Amino acid sequence: MSILIERPGIFTTVQDLGRHGYRRFGINPAGVMDPAAARLINAILGNDDDGAVLETHFPGPTIIFEEETTAALGGADLLPQLDDAPLPTWQVFNVKQGSTLKFTGKRQGHRCYLAVKGGFDLQPWLGSLSTNLFAGRGGFLGRRLESGDRIKVNRRNMPTPVLMHRQISPWVIPPYSDSPTIRILPGAEFEGLTNESREKFFNQEFTISTTSDRMGFRLEGEPIEMSDRQELVSAAVGHGTVQALPDDQLIVLLADHQTTGGYPRLAHVISRDLPLIGQLGPGDKFTFQMTTVEEAEQLKLEFERNLKFLRAGSKFDSVPN
Amino acid sequence: MDDTRIFPLGDSALTVEFGNVISVELNAAAVALADHLTLHPFPGFIESVPAYASTSIFFDIAEIRRNFPSFPSAFAAVSDIAQRTLNGLDISAAAPSRLVEIPSRFDAEAGPDLDIVAEKSGLSGASVIEVFTETIYTVFMLGFLPGFSYMGEVDDRIATPRKSSPRPLVPAGSIGIAGKQTGIYSLDSPGGWQIIGRTDVGLFVPDQEPPCLLRPGDRVRFVPLQK
Repeated sequence: MSILIERPGIFTTVQDLGRHGYRRFGINPAGVMDPAAARLINAILGNDDDGAVLETHFPGPTIIFEEETTAALGGADLLPQLDDAPLPTWQVFNVKQGSTLKFTGKRQGHRCYLAVKGGFDLQPWLGSLSTNLFAGRGGFLGRRLESGDRIKVNRRNMPTPVLMHRQISPWVIPPYSDSPTIRILPGAEFEGLTNESREKFFNQEFTISTTSDRMGFRLEGEPIEMSDRQELVSAAVGHGTVQALPDDQLIVLLADHQTTGGYPRLAHVISRDLPLIGQLGPGDKFTFQMTTVEEAEQLKLEFERNLKFLRAGSKFDSVPN
Repeated sequence: MDDTRIFPLGDSALTVEFGNVISVELNAAAVALADHLTLHPFPGFIESVPAYASTSIFFDIAEIRRNFPSFPSAFAAVSDIAQRTLNGLDISAAAPSRLVEIPSRFDAEAGPDLDIVAEKSGLSGASVIEVFTETIYTVFMLGFLPGFSYMGEVDDRIATPRKSSPRPLVPAGSIGIAGKQTGIYSLDSPGGWQIIGRTDVGLFVPDQEPPCLLRPGDRVRFVPLQK
């Protein structure tokens, strides 16, 4: 049982929630840019929370299902079609043998995720199915998908009609926007900004530059200046760390970020809002808003509770197989 | 470690910072703390990352809150664990570090920047190699690439700043100098360090566990190969 990549799209990779425990060796976690989307669609399919998904961009891939399969899409709305009929995201759908999935436009967001019931049958590298493009390991042969690639689906993937059309409640889905407010915690060097730049950090819209990718988004905006730019010795950084570059512009580190860095750490995007920034792309604008550790933790726990309810409901509905 | 400070690295990690200098003592503390937490993980611990003068700890907020409910936040709970671990840590009693020998070639082909380092130092190429290889280096941290080692400290006589514009491709195994740091490129990569030699030893060994030859805290000796 497998899916066939007829056309790979501009940038399609296999990702899960990341490879943890190896940052100390310089191996970054990689993983999905929008963890909420991947977790929600895995939840309604009854898959493992950390199950691998395909992360697609637009132009998207064309995928042929070689067997009957149950699947779900989430994240960006790239106007998906199954055998030329519009297909909703955030909903379980059944696929007949030989059906073709394609993406026909970009309505909202930049990264659409495909999960199949049972998950993909791939060999993990260091405990994870995420693709590490630098190391050439993980995911599907450690690389982007290409035409003709065939990815096996786990055999426990049997169509379960009971699950059909199961939807994710809109209130659980992140409030995606093309100009979101992104909440941050201050970083270690935030206090080193000039007073003027501290205001400018929050009172302007930043634009994501065209030189942005899964490693990070470079931002365009009025310069953000350090009052005293001292040399820092390198230390760990994370998914969501906002650094000040030497040209007084900012970069937000994302899923494929390097594990360590030496630029001033101005801020860190909170976990709850990583999906919002993870769905942006070149030209999109957003603003930063300060929050507190306590608030950030509460927001994260709230999402975990919602996900738990969704998972419990999916389990109740599903037929053992 | 009176200057130690702990600050959030986002909501799911924190950094214990011992200072902002490259020093064997501060790095030993960072590695000891990181290693101790890896060997004795607390519930909700994900991983620890030692760097030059800091250790960052990544954690699962929900697990921490469930296991340490008396703290007002996961950050407060993990800060407390880090501080108490640090207080109980005898850094001088830590296991002696490994000494790893790296057979290396130092010639114009393997080290295209030997001339630059020689010129800046006023030494001959042969003397640069002699000075470089008589030091035993400490691996401070890995980063930049899978298995890329940041080591020190390079003798002041041959410490050379990095190139003003990076090379588009530095071959895997290349041994570089950047100021008082030295490092080995573990993969083919763009890079700005002054390349003085190369080794055929695999630094990144993806199908082994752990997948890298060197670990933070290791000592390294470069052994010149005769042509």
